[in-house]
Amino acid sequence: MAEELTRIASQVRRDIVRMVTLAASGHPGGSMSSADLLTALYFKVMKHDPATWRRDGKGQDVFILSAGHMTPVYYSVLARAGYFPTSELASFRQFGTRLQGHPSVRKELPGVTQASGSLGQGLSAAAGIALGKKLDKDPSTVFVLCGDGESEEGQIWEAGMFAVHHRLDNLVAITDWNGQQIDGPVTSVAGEGDLEAKWKAFGWNVIVADGHDMDAILEAYSQALAYRGSGLPTMILFRTDMGHGVDFMAGTHKWHGKAPSAQQCADALAQLEETLGDF
Amino acid sequence: MKKYIDSGKKDTRSGFGAGLLEAGKRDSRVVALTADLKGSLKMDAFADAFPERFIQCGIAEANMVGVAAGLAITGKVPFAGSFAEFITGRVYDQIRQEVAYGKTNVKLASSHAGITLGEDGATHQTMEDIALMRALPGMVVINPCDYNQTKAATIAAAAYDGPVYLRFGRPSVPNFTPEDQEFEIGKAIVLSEGRDVTLIATGHMVWEALQAAETLENEGISAEVIDIATIKPLDEEAIVKSVLKTRCAVVAEEHNMAGGLGELVAGVLARRFPVPVEYVNGADAFGQSGTPAALMTAYGLDAPHVVAAAHRAQERK
Repeated sequence: MAEELTRIASQVRRDIVRMVTLAASGHPGGSMSSADLLTALYFKVMKHDPATWRRDGKGQDVFILSAGHMTPVYYSVLARAGYFPTSELASFRQFGTRLQGHPSVRKELPGVTQASGSLGQGLSAAAGIALGKKLDKDPSTVFVLCGDGESEEGQIWEAGMFAVHHRLDNLVAITDWNGQQIDGPVTSVAGEGDLEAKWKAFGWNVIVADGHDMDAILEAYSQALAYRGSGLPTMILFRTDMGHGVDFMAGTHKWHGKAPSAQQCADALAQLEETLGDF
Repeated sequence: MKKYIDSGKKDTRSGFGAGLLEAGKRDSRVVALTADLKGSLKMDAFADAFPERFIQCGIAEANMVGVAAGLAITGKVPFAGSFAEFITGRVYDQIRQEVAYGKTNVKLASSHAGITLGEDGATHQTMEDIALMRALPGMVVINPCDYNQTKAATIAAAAYDGPVYLRFGRPSVPNFTPEDQEFEIGKAIVLSEGRDVTLIATGHMVWEALQAAETLENEGISAEVIDIATIKPLDEEAIVKSVLKTRCAVVAEEHNMAGGLGELVAGVLARRFPVPVEYVNGADAFGQSGTPAALMTAYGLDAPHVVAAAHRAQERK
């Protein structure tokens, strides 16, 4: 299973590089660091069905992208999972597209449950959906992906208190802990400190795992789902590298929001195996 | 002119509380959220009747708006309530992304609006909230005038599918519109017909406009009084129809000039039928501590100021 997921993730990374190159804009860095954990989520962990997906999420697991700039990985995974044709990935960020720069519900792109882009808000929306599911006795799970830079927003921690207070053990938050943000390493930009200690102090179940080791990713999700019944929400902190998969993009903030040139795109694609056919 | 009787002063926030309870009885999807202001928002009766549908969010308004959006996504009809400043200015971007742009069926319950919040002073008094909410594409803005109308508006907001900003106040004010009325979103209410000047008012200023109309009648001036309970979408036809007859207007609101009802009406009339328009509003100012009555007088938000504005409008005809 892990091997198959790794092959899908390789294609997702190719999609990311090609999408931002075609659009001459977008955010490859965080998309590359989240490619493995998001591929595992949609292709193995989540109980979902693209054919019957509805925005209200009734009876299915729900995913919210809080770090809304990570649309390249999000759209690629959605398309590869069958929510819309992969050919549509070529329209990313073009005028009239359903694949807006940041997720929009106004274009009614299947799979997108809520708008995001202004940071720090998705955890609150996910908590609201989780609470709605509790009220409806809907046993499915709500997943939400945040960035570590994004977690400098105070609202993340408001939501952190809320989810514990309201015992939302059907909520699994994921942090792409890549250590980078637009202006540089997180440690140099803001005093975010020890995220693991902070989430534990807020009362969450906390799991730390390697976000580029598919077996470790699956184990982390499995553990998170096993926390159902604990009365507490779960945070998975995935240690990742921004730009992972392409040597000249990896481990730096410089590719947070920058598109490759044609040559850089070619150099990147040479490092990423085409496993499912390019869009 | 038609006379209105105050059946006994009540606060409009209690009208909201009564409407919320009724909406909750009618529709099990209705839920209520607050940021540590359950009592101030008069949500106690709802919380007692439907404890599982009352969600205490603590002093964290930004999160509350996001949670409300999430609940709306699952099909609930959430009313998220706080003081007007804290459910608009403090969380403007959250409302913009999660509610307006995100197209979620969230009702923003805005209490203690305007200067009549009173003694707490300027940090808690907003005279800018209508401007902020009006600016958001697709946001319905409702500002009822008394207890009965606020109750009816709350029930109507629950039944309406889409984002609503529902604005009401803290002090006890005359309750003069019919009990158990039907509230129609987007419809202005002509309270009294007249020939010489149109008094266009919203919220607490509607009663003041009615008092002003009585004074004007004694002076031999016939004033038409229109209650703009829904600011957006605005009932342009009602305004234009009235002004075609009276040829001048006064717009009265417990809000500043910038982005308020006055500018909105002036814009409509400039396009459709330009006539002299005078304003009764908070101009371009912050509030301060004081009793609601003292502040309304000090900031020129009372019947005598409406009368003076009507005189000015008439003279410019």
